[in-house]
Amino acid sequence: MAIAWRRDVDAVLSEAKAQGRHVLLDFSAAPM
Amino acid sequence: MTEHFLAARINVREQPEDWRRFGERYGVQWTPTILILDPSGTERHRIEGFLPADDFLAQLALGLAHSAFARQQFGEAERRFREVVERFPDSDAAPEALYWAGVARYKATNDASALEQTAQAFAQRYQDSAWAKKASVWRKQQASGVGDHARV
Repeated sequence: MAIAWRRDVDAVLSEAKAQGRHVLLDFSAAPM
Repeated sequence: MTEHFLAARINVREQPEDWRRFGERYGVQWTPTILILDPSGTERHRIEGFLPADDFLAQLALGLAHSAFARQQFGEAERRFREVVERFPDSDAAPEALYWAGVARYKATNDASALEQTAQAFAQRYQDSAWAKKASVWRKQQASGVGDHARV
């Protein structure tokens, strides 16, 4: 299961809206 | 499953400003918390705490189904809920999906037999789940009408 996690949250939200896609938003304390 | 999503991660230690801003926006109190947002940024499903891979994938599928339901796309919602039951039958998501598949069909058709059929399905599987208890009230629905479960 490969998920391409990004850190630019605002850009992800904007792209999702433009592309009509859902977003996974992970709040994590694990080392990145 | 993951192809349906764009994904962003906020680390509490490394992105304190994002953590504060988005944590407040979505009311996040714990890590890990994963939100499934629809394209408008509205939260449609929440996963709190670690899950093994199959259970995590089941929750993603469940989230897409809940998102369709919330946007009143009941046909798509039912299809996605039933897909959760078929693909992840041993997951905690499955009995929840079975319950909401029945609700989605009822919302799409206004046919209360969808609820009765769901109650019957719970007699065959997931009998000990909380969702089976919730569905048990539907066993008499055809005789007495849908009562509190009328369309909203």
